[in-house]
Amino acid sequence: QLHSPTFPDEVLEKVIALIDSHKDRNSVSLVCRDWYNAERWTRSKLFIGNCYAVSPETVAKRFPRIKSVVLKGKPRFSDFNMLPPDWGANVHSWLVHFSVTYPFLEELRLKRMVINDESFRLLADSFPCFKSLSLLNCDGFSSDGLKAIARNCKNLTELDIQDCPMIDDDGDWIGEFPENFTSLQVLNFGRLNGDVNFDDLERLITRCRSLRVLKVNESISLDQIHRVLVNVPQLVELGIGASLQALLPGLYEELESTFNKCRNIKALSGLWDANSFYLPVFYGACFGLTFLNLTDSPLGPADFSKLLVQCPNLRRLWVLDTVEDKGLDAVGSSCASLEELRVLPYDPYDLDYGPGVTEAGFVAVSEGCPKLHYVLYFCRSMTNDAVKAVVRNCPDFTHFRLCIMNPSQPDRLTDEPMDEAFGAVVRTCRKLKRLSISGLLTDATFEYIGKYAKSLETLSVAFAGSSDRGMECVLEGCPKLRKLEIRDCPFGDGALLSGIGKYEGMRSLWMSSCRVTVGGCRRLARELPRLNVEVIEDGGGGGGDDDVLAEKIYVYRSVAGPRRDAPPFVITL
Amino acid sequence: MDLSLNLEATELRLGLPGGDEMRSSASTSSLFHIKRSSSEIEKNSSNGSCPVQKQQVVGWPPVRSFRKNALLQQGRKDDSENGSGIFVKVSMDGAPYLRKIDLRFYKNYSDLLKALEDMFKCKIGKSVYSEMEGYNASEYAPTYEDKDGDWMLAGDVPWEMFVTCCRRMRIMRASEAKGLGGG
Repeated sequence: QLHSPTFPDEVLEKVIALIDSHKDRNSVSLVCRDWYNAERWTRSKLFIGNCYAVSPETVAKRFPRIKSVVLKGKPRFSDFNMLPPDWGANVHSWLVHFSVTYPFLEELRLKRMVINDESFRLLADSFPCFKSLSLLNCDGFSSDGLKAIARNCKNLTELDIQDCPMIDDDGDWIGEFPENFTSLQVLNFGRLNGDVNFDDLERLITRCRSLRVLKVNESISLDQIHRVLVNVPQLVELGIGASLQALLPGLYEELESTFNKCRNIKALSGLWDANSFYLPVFYGACFGLTFLNLTDSPLGPADFSKLLVQCPNLRRLWVLDTVEDKGLDAVGSSCASLEELRVLPYDPYDLDYGPGVTEAGFVAVSEGCPKLHYVLYFCRSMTNDAVKAVVRNCPDFTHFRLCIMNPSQPDRLTDEPMDEAFGAVVRTCRKLKRLSISGLLTDATFEYIGKYAKSLETLSVAFAGSSDRGMECVLEGCPKLRKLEIRDCPFGDGALLSGIGKYEGMRSLWMSSCRVTVGGCRRLARELPRLNVEVIEDGGGGGGDDDVLAEKIYVYRSVAGPRRDAPPFVITL
Repeated sequence: MDLSLNLEATELRLGLPGGDEMRSSASTSSLFHIKRSSSEIEKNSSNGSCPVQKQQVVGWPPVRSFRKNALLQQGRKDDSENGSGIFVKVSMDGAPYLRKIDLRFYKNYSDLLKALEDMFKCKIGKSVYSEMEGYNASEYAPTYEDKDGDWMLAGDVPWEMFVTCCRRMRIMRASEAKGLGGG
């Protein structure tokens, strides 16, 4: 009879403490009670993908020693104004709990959450060890909130604010960092509104000698920022502000000299309205660049091509479609190491500024960049053959997000649906985790997805499909599916209910302007009581009769029960 | 929350430029029903160019409306106002993209033309607001579309009047601008 020794707790904890990934930790915790306990005592980073999936009380009870929290709130379609304001995802109640249970919290990273000034103040007052704040797509705050952080967080190393609209336009928060504050390493306010005082900024940068990421907004111009660059030679990521206000004599040479010295810079962004005349001043910094973000600089193909020649080591490139197919040719010929490409539309609502990009540019990139595995491509036209060629050239896509901007547009050459294009994508790209489809699509696309996309985790669908069968194929066939977002498709209650065996294993489902009825949602809610089935309606009524179409629904698993903070237009069935 | 986003300037208009604004707003009331039966969404023409009539579609294309650069003027916002500017599109023959500028940002024609010259890196005929003849053929001429849809040479009316009646601007090659209404 073998006697199996059990690990003493301390040993088990020491081993499990080494595990970083929250997914691995979730698996570890399921093995047995000892492992569950060892895991919960050693977890220091919390990842909550949906703030309504679990309550702060539950979290605090299970995990006593958290130092870092990632919280995500609104569904992604809120980025496109599809969610009414005041929908929710306010971080305050979380912070209230954390201030009691995690007084040693060091890091908070929020995505699509609402954070008011009051929460900023609570944050600044409750966590003396607080080091790192990152906000992505958050809103609800004014400069007062930032001032509270600047004044009180003495150990702050990171302040990273991305795409957050501040309520006021006050940039004075930069001046609130005390004179003896020197710990900042990451400062990103590249797309924050508000005029920032340059002298305050310069003083701050000069005394924070460990600064490695600096991204300034449009209120700081290039001729200002280049003066401080000499103080931060260790800078790894730089976001330049506005273009030059005036080209004074000698300034061109100064700029050139400055950027020639920026040998450590790996990421460059900002460059608002970059002007072709002085674009060459950046060339000196370009050789080591691995990430170039030109989504704020509408460059034409000629200037862009010349710039790209200087950047042979690029791995990630974000551009506007003003560079046109010719510009993408240059990408193919200059950037052999490219792994990620994003092409965004310069003005998505008014397409007469130029031809944008088409299937030709897409193919050109794929021919020159075999390592490409992430693409986000907004285009005017596409063909099945082009997409087939692209995935033949680049079979390793993990993220394939194609947006043909005119809804339901067919293959430009054959007038056929784009089914074969996406069929080729899922057949060829075995590692595909994220897919966004567009163009004229029948159920055939979904059959392909269900049959081949076995690693798929996130799927975004718009104006596609012919019948319930489309959605059913996906729900049936994609074992790893976690997030499904659908708009303007002819999927009804049959499709919705076909996923009953699936939704508890997924993070969330969004459906808007489809054919789902309130009655179908009620049935789903009855069958799966651990799901929150929420209908968002503008009328604020009681949910309506069963046969009324449910305009927007958001369905997600939750151990927290129905929302206690739901506004009147969100009805949990 | 929306104060700084100037959503009106970003409002979707998928019709042809300058033409279909009345038609597209009339069609939104029927859009709701059309959206609900999306299999009836008309297949648009396949030759890649914009169809004549498009519906307004909320949240499409799926690009974050937070993107500022394409839609706000070059330069600072006027922080004493609440953000309701007079935005006009400016195109230049041969340039790869349009700009949108806020006419209230400029005090007079001279200011405006200087800004346009900076923006598009071109020389715009200096004689625009004095004489209408004598253009250098290699230069550009600033033209604008007025309330009546007519294209005029900029500078023909007092600045304050121009600001109220200018719908959009086009920086034309001077050789093509001959014969445009100047008064």
